[in-house]
Amino acid sequence: MTTTPRPTAPEPEAPAGGAGREPILQVRGLVKHFPLTQGIVFKKQVGAVKAVDGVGFDLFAGETLGIVGESGCGKSTVAKLIAHLERPTAGRILYKGQDITDLSGRALKAVRRNIQMVFQDPYTSLNPRMTVGDIIGEPFDIHPEVAPKGDRRRRVQELLDVVGLNPEYINRYPHQFSGGQRQRIGIARGLALRPEVIVADEPVSALDVSVQAQVINLMARLQDEFGLSYVFIAHDLSIVRHISDRVAVMYLGKVVEIGPDAAIYEHPTHPYTQALLSAVPVPDPAARQYSGGPPGGASGGPPGGARGRIILVGDVPSPANPPSGCHFRTRCWKARERCALEEPPLTVPPEFRATAGPAEHPSACHYAQERLVVPGE
Amino acid sequence: MPDAQDPLEPVDPHQAVAPAGGYGGGFDLAAADAQILEGPAGRAQDGGPLAKPRSLWSDAWHDLRRNPIFIVSALIILFLLFIVIWPQAITTQDPLKANLAMSQAGPSAGHPFGFDNQGRDVYTRVVYGARASVSVGLCATIGVVLAGSALGALAGYFGGWWDAVLSRISDIFFGIPVILGGLVFLSVVTNSTIWPVVGFMVLLGWPQVARIARGSVITARQNDYVLAARALGAGDSRLLLRHIAPNAVAPVIVVGTIALGTYIALEATLSYLGVGLRPPTVSWGIDISDASNQIRNAPHMLLWPAGALSLTVLAFIMLGDAVRDALDPKLR
Repeated sequence: MTTTPRPTAPEPEAPAGGAGREPILQVRGLVKHFPLTQGIVFKKQVGAVKAVDGVGFDLFAGETLGIVGESGCGKSTVAKLIAHLERPTAGRILYKGQDITDLSGRALKAVRRNIQMVFQDPYTSLNPRMTVGDIIGEPFDIHPEVAPKGDRRRRVQELLDVVGLNPEYINRYPHQFSGGQRQRIGIARGLALRPEVIVADEPVSALDVSVQAQVINLMARLQDEFGLSYVFIAHDLSIVRHISDRVAVMYLGKVVEIGPDAAIYEHPTHPYTQALLSAVPVPDPAARQYSGGPPGGASGGPPGGARGRIILVGDVPSPANPPSGCHFRTRCWKARERCALEEPPLTVPPEFRATAGPAEHPSACHYAQERLVVPGE
Repeated sequence: MPDAQDPLEPVDPHQAVAPAGGYGGGFDLAAADAQILEGPAGRAQDGGPLAKPRSLWSDAWHDLRRNPIFIVSALIILFLLFIVIWPQAITTQDPLKANLAMSQAGPSAGHPFGFDNQGRDVYTRVVYGARASVSVGLCATIGVVLAGSALGALAGYFGGWWDAVLSRISDIFFGIPVILGGLVFLSVVTNSTIWPVVGFMVLLGWPQVARIARGSVITARQNDYVLAARALGAGDSRLLLRHIAPNAVAPVIVVGTIALGTYIALEATLSYLGVGLRPPTVSWGIDISDASNQIRNAPHMLLWPAGALSLTVLAFIMLGDAVRDALDPKLR
């Protein structure tokens, strides 16, 4: 599928890192291991699922950072860690320079006002026993200082209006709404406390394609209106490109490549990103003949299909026992001995340093190479 | 709510979003925004903004009213409650008044069920016996549901050590055979009220409800709306009482309703064995016990209290079944 940038959104040309701006959220070396235990009463740890294994990025005010990756790569765990729904095993999360990783009690509650979450499944993210008014009004019950009691009903109706729902629906129950409308309710709940950061964990994956566009555009509009910063997690590359200013690609608990969306989509340098992008379906039959590399996995080239699609062999390794060195090496056509020994750092590869080109963005590969995989638009 | 769809507007507005544009060819901001604005108005068709909201409970009530099993069992239970509260309404006699001259006499005018061994009116005793049976059943159920759901919910919500310890304790109580336990515990009690029996039932019954409550709390706890509330900063008590409990209570209600019938039967069993309620309390179990060795001479002494007991137990179990069907969203 070809992707067309949102007509209103200017393509940010700033290099990764958004020079000169203060990041609103900084994530450094985030690690989350889920212990694997044996035994019923006396639990013995026999290993750990390394769901997130050293993730770092910055989020700047008013921007959208897209996080893409296949199922099980740790995207949703990153979302939960940022929203403080899980405690990280290691690493730090800084909000406006303040370390919020280990906050608890009152201080955590105060930070929660500024970081809210929108969930994937609109059918399970709304309490079926509460009316829409109660659901959207609950943030005010928990943080009574935000809105005086007499004002809450009006505030809830305002929020319904903001997300494009009829304010008269305040007494309805979630099951009386469609999926798209429920997701709007979830967004309204997230907006109630006027947060600065919204972590959206696959907010449109559970919706019909036609409704996805509405919800995405609603989110884009709200971003302009309220100056929100989004961490937008999805596995649909075209949606991420549509809404994101910058994109981070995750594989097996690590960020493998990060940069402005045009750089990632048009000048990917990490082989996993290239494989991921080449898997995007192309609706144009003629474009299928586009050849991005020698087919059949000729020497040095990736194993390719007829239209230059990079077909990875094997499955994603188990996050309980990831490969040494580069996590992607088991499926990478470029893998050499060095990849098994040395873990590639997420930095701008030496060959692209100071080129000032779009390929100059962090990519965790020893043998990074620029390679166009998405057919030109 | 397909029944509420307006046939004049078959097309859901969301289905009509510019398929030509799609998002493959770029999001059409204006068109999508127009849809956003139209959305609510177009959606108003399914009942209108003033339509009465229906919760799961009102949906369940809607189903129950149409269920003949529910109607029959509810009528039986209502009648039972009526004679529990006001037995004098349908009998003017004293259940304890004995006339030995009439011992084991069959039905006669004014005494439709005949007389028992001591010459007491069986009809009156059956009517008054409901009081003991239903009180024991209700009190035991309330105790079991309160204790079991509180312990089970805490175990399911907090998990960890508390859960492990509680689950093992409930396994121990599960392992006690009810009849043997009753014979051992209750034979040492000399109190003739219903409370020792109720206490025994709660002691042995809570693990059943605790397991159900624990399971449904664990299921409810994993829902995104609980995570969403936690992300908003909600504390444990708000999460448990506002979000988890209302969504986990249905299975407990079903188990409780069915258990009520079995507790009434258990009371009769214990009374029959001589360790439950004791005379002069009037109870179906005691009467069945008295009648059991006279069954050849005077079968009516056994059949009426036994029939009343069976009907009551059946009514509660049918009610439980009907409630379960109505509350199970998978059957919708």
